Amino acid sequence: MIEISHVNKWYSPTFQVLTDCTTSVTKGEVVVVCGPSGSGKSTLIKCVNALEPFQEGDISVDGTKVNDPKTNLPKLRSRVGMVFQHFELFPHLKIIDNLCLAQQKVLDRSRDKAVAKAEQLLERVGLKEQAQKFPAQLSGGQQQRVAIARALAMDPIVMLFDEPTSALDPEMVSEVLDVMVDLAHEGMTMMVVTHEMGFARKVANRVIFMDRGEIVEDADKEDFFGKPRSDRAQKFLSKILSH
Amino acid sequence: MNYHWNWGIFFEPNPMGTGTYLDMLLSGLALTLKTAVLAWIIALIFGSIVGVMRTLPSRAAYWFGFCWVEFFRNMPLLVQLFLWFFVLPELLPKAAGTWLKQLPNAPFWTAAIGVGFFMSARVAVQLQAGIGSLPRGQKMAATALGLTTMQGYRYVLLPMAFRIILPPLTSEFLNTIKNTAVAITIGLLELTGQARSMQEFSFQVFEAFTAATLIYLLVNAVVVTSMRFLERYVAIPGYITGK
Repeated sequence: MIEISHVNKWYSPTFQVLTDCTTSVTKGEVVVVCGPSGSGKSTLIKCVNALEPFQEGDISVDGTKVNDPKTNLPKLRSRVGMVFQHFELFPHLKIIDNLCLAQQKVLDRSRDKAVAKAEQLLERVGLKEQAQKFPAQLSGGQQQRVAIARALAMDPIVMLFDEPTSALDPEMVSEVLDVMVDLAHEGMTMMVVTHEMGFARKVANRVIFMDRGEIVEDADKEDFFGKPRSDRAQKFLSKILSH
Repeated sequence: MNYHWNWGIFFEPNPMGTGTYLDMLLSGLALTLKTAVLAWIIALIFGSIVGVMRTLPSRAAYWFGFCWVEFFRNMPLLVQLFLWFFVLPELLPKAAGTWLKQLPNAPFWTAAIGVGFFMSARVAVQLQAGIGSLPRGQKMAATALGLTTMQGYRYVLLPMAFRIILPPLTSEFLNTIKNTAVAITIGLLELTGQARSMQEFSFQVFEAFTAATLIYLLVNAVVVTSMRFLERYVAIPGYITGK
């Protein structure tokens, strides 16, 4: 589904953020990307739907090359759902309109169809009563669930999560993770940047560990949590699992 | 000072045979309002386009916006009006220049367009700041949903940016109204111009300019009040100073 091969990215000639990153996500797979801050995980996931450009290498999604200038990027992006650390709901639109905007403007769905789809998804994330509210009237956890529903409204073939729980108060983390776990169980293809190792343990198929722009470890979940091969991954795990 | 006050002067007939001196001032007010409204529309349209261009990734768009703003804001308004009114017709081919000079209402159009372009530079800079103040993730979220750059601005960035800059835009609207007074120098008989002719005909300089001052104050009070209503009307529930 996602093929990433030999991706190199520089912010400036002397500052390389991604170094020779190669990995893949197959259909129905859940891949967790973790690593210390500044290791390039968010950058890598943003390269997948071309929110960030990269200078070398190739990324393709469902056979479509992301870095090909001929690719219709808006069309490709409309099939790749993305959830951000800071939710990024559109503050001037009601919850229902946050879910309908792209359905109507990008997928050309009728208002009725879009609303029906939106209501069905809001119901699914447990927020149907909030449809007529504005984002600022919701808690962080609710906003992030709306953001997930907004991405799902586009019927994506794959979902990207960029630290979806990092900006949440602790007691709101689980309501968001629950939605993501359900999604994984339904067979959604997911690439998730997160530090939630409990989530990784529960639903991930593979874990990628990044450090200083490189993919240091790319292993099945059992191998990763059993005995990571690299020192750096071991150190990282010992730090975040000790509490 | 040996000044002969005469507040009744407003109800005495003016020497042009167009009614009283008050009628003269009111016709000036009408022209001031017409010029200001047209100039403000021009400022909003061009300011929005140029302001957006200054936030686009394209270097060419950025430089066009940069040049526009620096050209129109770095020259005194008076010099600009003289340029459009006296210099431009001479620079054009003879036929075009003559045609331009013979246009009916030339002072009106020159004033509206001249003040409009001058103010557009200020609107552009404020809109650029408004867009720049939005979280970077807003544009990313719009892009990730498959919205094109145009759609992202139209439905996501601009509705928020304009709400944010509404208070300073009010000041710019007031400035536009006041700046039309400069057009007296190219022969536009707007409010200030009519107050001046009233003074010349009647020698009641204090009465004439007291009246003009009060009328300007009144007009601006109306604008300020209606902009307050507009601000409250578009406020977003739960957001910053929302309702």
